[in-house]
Amino acid sequence: MRWVRLKAVARKEVIHIIRDVRSLGIVVIMPVVLVLFFGYGVSLDLKHLPIYVYDREASEQSQALLKRFQSSDYFEIVRVVNNYSELAKALDDGRAKMAFVIPSDFSEKLRAGGTVSVQALVDATDDNTANIIIGYTQALVQVYSNDVQLEWLQRRGQRVQPPPLSVETRTWYNENLESSAFIVPGVLAVVMSVIGAFLTSLTVAREWERGTMEQLISTPVTSLEIMLGKLVPYFLVGLFDAGVCVVLAIFWFQVPFRGTVMALLISSALFLIALLCLGFFISVVTKNQLAASQIALVATFLPAFLLSGFLFAIEQMPQFVQLVTRILPARYYVSSLKMIFLKGTPVAMLYPQLVPLAIFALVLATLATRIFQKRLV
Amino acid sequence: MNIAAQAAIMLAGLSKSFPGVHAVERLSFEVYPGEIFGLVGPDGAGKTTTLRMLAGVMPPDRGTATVAGFDVGRDPEGAKHHLSYMPQRFGLYEDLTVDENIRFYADLFGVNKAERELRSGQLLRAAGMSEFRGRWAGKLSGGMKQKLGLICALIHRPKVILLDEPTTGVDPVSRRDFWRILYELTAEGVAILTSTAYLDEAERCHRVALLHQGRLLFCDTPAHLKARLGKGVLAVTSPEPRRVREQLQNAEGISSLVLTGDGVHIVVDDVARRMAEFQARLKQAQVPFDQIQRVTPTIEDLFVDAVSGGKVRR
Repeated sequence: MRWVRLKAVARKEVIHIIRDVRSLGIVVIMPVVLVLFFGYGVSLDLKHLPIYVYDREASEQSQALLKRFQSSDYFEIVRVVNNYSELAKALDDGRAKMAFVIPSDFSEKLRAGGTVSVQALVDATDDNTANIIIGYTQALVQVYSNDVQLEWLQRRGQRVQPPPLSVETRTWYNENLESSAFIVPGVLAVVMSVIGAFLTSLTVAREWERGTMEQLISTPVTSLEIMLGKLVPYFLVGLFDAGVCVVLAIFWFQVPFRGTVMALLISSALFLIALLCLGFFISVVTKNQLAASQIALVATFLPAFLLSGFLFAIEQMPQFVQLVTRILPARYYVSSLKMIFLKGTPVAMLYPQLVPLAIFALVLATLATRIFQKRLV
Repeated sequence: MNIAAQAAIMLAGLSKSFPGVHAVERLSFEVYPGEIFGLVGPDGAGKTTTLRMLAGVMPPDRGTATVAGFDVGRDPEGAKHHLSYMPQRFGLYEDLTVDENIRFYADLFGVNKAERELRSGQLLRAAGMSEFRGRWAGKLSGGMKQKLGLICALIHRPKVILLDEPTTGVDPVSRRDFWRILYELTAEGVAILTSTAYLDEAERCHRVALLHQGRLLFCDTPAHLKARLGKGVLAVTSPEPRRVREQLQNAEGISSLVLTGDGVHIVVDDVARRMAEFQARLKQAQVPFDQIQRVTPTIEDLFVDAVSGGKVRR
């Protein structure tokens, strides 16, 4: 391997990136856009869910219950109506996620010490959201119910006993339960997939399509020099973009960073090497930019999105899909990112993530060096 | 041209097949240092495949080929330091400038900076391109692109140059520059193998090989090839060449017939006898013509004759 030839290929590749507006845009703008998009746009926290209320009694006590809903972060009473049909309509056209009905004998029954049923009509098109709404509603009603009971007992002059059991919860690692804290670090995996596999999948295919490859392979440059010369610039670009994402995550979205830069660098480098080699491999095999970019997207970008644990918890996937995620580098990378950012796991403890990433990198690098032949057909 | 010198390119029974086609069939010839050797033939004759095998980018099926002393079948990388290959399609990077393209190829061949600047300065001057050093290759005219390709190919002073239809679609001025550079290289002992679709260009080569369907029809100097055409060639000049062809194509004693710009060229067995016959025949059919005369055969006549009838004495 001759350093001057490797450098020549790398320099040429850098010029290609800089002079092509599209690739430059992907390199410079995409990471920022994705971090902002996921940081702001994709929030898995359900807050301020719109609800409609039909208060059939409109007493002081029914108002007190509704106030609990209004003052919680989870719900937003957008409207109070006077009949069922309006409730049904609001649910039908999605203006309300839940309709809450208080019966006309609400305070009367409470005073009598009986049990009152309040009604919650929940839009369950999205079962996940529906479950969360039901949970929130039950919790709010339960708290109110306890308070009423307490008051009732006190009024009767009975000694109030604290409930025998109570749970003290402490949320670790993501104290405020902000979904951005676990989503934003995962954006790195998506950004790297685009830089690593998508952009590199174009490089070799482009030379075949434009006819420059035929002349290139008639020179003494070796296939290893071509491969490394093409991948090194994208490796540096990938690390640079990772840096941009990390800075945005920490300083803009206030995501805690408790781990070490070294741990982040090692896992990112391994993941990037695996992707670059995969992109190169795809490019060599297809010799066609369109096919290569499609395959690269399906093979890396989509899994990084859907199956890596970036947005959706792997533990909740069907058994078979969970098995599939085991052969995806993105899964190990996203998992290591969350541990590094939120738990501050040191490098030595990250081996369950780093070892698979290293194996992927090694296998794909070996494949990539073998696949490229300096010959036509 | 020094025939006694060791051949720079040597083919012995070189063959290559693709599914359903014998692209190159048992091809054998040599090219010597200081020689410009032309590969002539129609599309599909096997010119590009031959050049690709010699350039070490396509493995031969059978036979051997040696370039600058290296067997391209066994050691395709060995010769690459000493050769230059210009594919038919423009092989340079359109978003790199003239200088950047030159530097890229200079680096790949390990040419140092001082040598690169000296050499590229000379070559750019010779090509009349000195003022375009900063221009993107994609913004050059067709002729300039080809000249830049040649400059990149020559930057490392190769011993062997392989050119695939280098002047196709090139303006006459650039074509002249191109050939002047090639002639200068022969003085330095470079062996040049070029394919061409232009038969007039083939006549500028020291020797030519005529290929048809992957086979060598014959190989000699243009002058010898013409002399070998024992038959004579008659040129009929006429305002209506197509009618002349119609009238004469089935006449006796014709080996081949080809339309030219202002008439037809006919290869015949006996010049004096046929001239009189054709004259009579055309007059009788009232086909207008200016004159019928004997002409020196061109490579085109030779080629058409060989391909159509193969009646030329080998």
